[in-house]
Amino acid sequence: MSSLTTSPKRRSDLTIGRIGLYAFLISAALFFLLPLFVMLLTSVKPMEEIRNGNLLAFPNVFTLQPWVKAWTQACTGLKCEGIQVGFWNSWFILIPSVILSIAAGALNGYALSFWKIRGAEILFAILMLGAFVPYQVYIFPLVQITSKLGLFNTLPGIVVVHTIFGLPVMTLLFRNFYVSVPRDLFSAARVDGCGFLRIFWSVMLPMSTPIIVVAAILQTTGIWNDFILGLVFAGRENWPMTVQLNNVINSTQGEREYNVQMAATILTALVPMLVYFLSGRYFVRGIAAGAVKG
Amino acid sequence: MPNISIENLNIKFGAVTVLDGLNLAIADREFMVLLGPSGCGKSTLLNTVAGLIDANDGRILIDGTDVITLEPKDRGLAMVFQSYALYPQMSVRGNLGFGLKVAGLPKAEIEKRVSDAADLLQIRPLLDRKPGALSGGQRQRVAIGRALVRQTKIFLFDEPLSNLDAQLRAELRLEIKRLHQRLKTTVIYVTHDQIEALTLADRIAVMKDRIIQQLGTPEEIYERPANRFVASFVGSPAMTFLPATLVSSDGRISAKIGEVDVPLENYPFKAPPQDGMQVELGIRPEQSSLGEGPYLAKVEMVEPMGADTLVWSKLGDCSLSTRVGADTKIIPGETVPLGFVTDKISLFSKDTGLRL
Repeated sequence: MSSLTTSPKRRSDLTIGRIGLYAFLISAALFFLLPLFVMLLTSVKPMEEIRNGNLLAFPNVFTLQPWVKAWTQACTGLKCEGIQVGFWNSWFILIPSVILSIAAGALNGYALSFWKIRGAEILFAILMLGAFVPYQVYIFPLVQITSKLGLFNTLPGIVVVHTIFGLPVMTLLFRNFYVSVPRDLFSAARVDGCGFLRIFWSVMLPMSTPIIVVAAILQTTGIWNDFILGLVFAGRENWPMTVQLNNVINSTQGEREYNVQMAATILTALVPMLVYFLSGRYFVRGIAAGAVKG
Repeated sequence: MPNISIENLNIKFGAVTVLDGLNLAIADREFMVLLGPSGCGKSTLLNTVAGLIDANDGRILIDGTDVITLEPKDRGLAMVFQSYALYPQMSVRGNLGFGLKVAGLPKAEIEKRVSDAADLLQIRPLLDRKPGALSGGQRQRVAIGRALVRQTKIFLFDEPLSNLDAQLRAELRLEIKRLHQRLKTTVIYVTHDQIEALTLADRIAVMKDRIIQQLGTPEEIYERPANRFVASFVGSPAMTFLPATLVSSDGRISAKIGEVDVPLENYPFKAPPQDGMQVELGIRPEQSSLGEGPYLAKVEMVEPMGADTLVWSKLGDCSLSTRVGADTKIIPGETVPLGFVTDKISLFSKDTGLRL
């Protein structure tokens, strides 16, 4: 019997290839982390130190004052209420946009995978086209449409725009997910008496948690990081954090307050970064999800 | 009480014709099995009766009412799927009660029906589990239960046992038969397993290439297969076929298998046979006998199967199998007398494959 159990071959710990691999990974990580590191350092230094010292030097005097200023007093144009205004605006835009675009994408994906709609393939192809045409192309017509509808420069306006732009990718994501759901399940629900919406709500949505998480991550990072749509469609009162950040950085009088700007930037990037750190696994899955099945 | 009548049913998927002018009448309380290899259209037919696939043409009458435009839920039927199709996020209780909840039945009534079905199928201890925590056999019990609670008069089964292992399959087969005897519903049951068909059916419709090859009771299908396909598809161990030539002289008909002459005096011919016709003799393992008979066969192989033994022997150039008692002592290589039960065997035309 002992002849049957062969000991697994031990892998040598450090080969040249392995050292090279780690060297590459570490230098790549440093390359991307260095700017963040510099930003963090700069944001906790007083201005005198920034003016005199070098970028990578640790602060002699540690201060959180730039963070407080960035949050509450930084000037975004005429008003000087800090980046916090934009922070809350971004949430007001983000929450309804994420919910609506996911709901619409899920419903679309469900309809396209389970209901034999005449011309479904063509509809889907057209929708996918929307995912590949650069969206700057749509801005002018959308400005016209939203202003005709009285939605231009309003919170509902920007939410609608985000929902529309999220639709192709959300639909693709959910369609690919539902295509892998056994059709028998759908048939069973129909025999059990469910209609279009009931099957969606009671059978399909409860089993969609993984893909909803993926969609939420994609949409949250996408919408939070959006600049141009927010700038064009949200209106001055509702400008998201990214637009306000840009204003903070571009509208300085006198001395450029690098530490405040760095703090404001980090604050703006915080939400997508948190989403990423808390859900890295799903995040990667989301990027792969569009690619695997078609 | 529901009888189902399928009239001139046409179904096309794009350019592919799946069913073409199919007719089938199912009596009230009948257990009808659609039997055939994959791709023969049997599942399509079932799904069309269920209302899950739209027919291009034709009518489906349930109790005399054309249901072709009705939604599945309005056709008064319940269905069990091969893949069980249990709702993964609901408990067993939720799965059983879901259809009733959708139909808006009062809570107490749902509770009672679920409870009755759970007792009938002995799944009461599983009620609060999720389908993921059940074995295949348990899942299919739940799926049957989900059909039961709806208390419909028609049950549709789409290969319900195909995903189960052999032992469970036999067990659940018995259970389905028991349920049918008890509930007396009309059943359409799709399978590719001829044992299921023979054991369960009141009548079997054997299908191949979109066409019903033969419609009859299990006995008819087994004893008098209408063509060579039915003969080869039904029966295990399978029927063996021996090519032969019909010889008719002085009103005395026999089949010549090589040098061997098999007289067919008591074979019930449908029509008077022609001399010199090329035929195939279809012989089931129990329609030949070893140890006595006018011919000599050389034993090639012996397959003990427990209750009996299958002996493969050669008659001239042709192999055939014979079922003998388990205690029969036969050794490969020996030559033994062989006989045919000529009033039971089948004869097929070589050209058309039809029974003579």
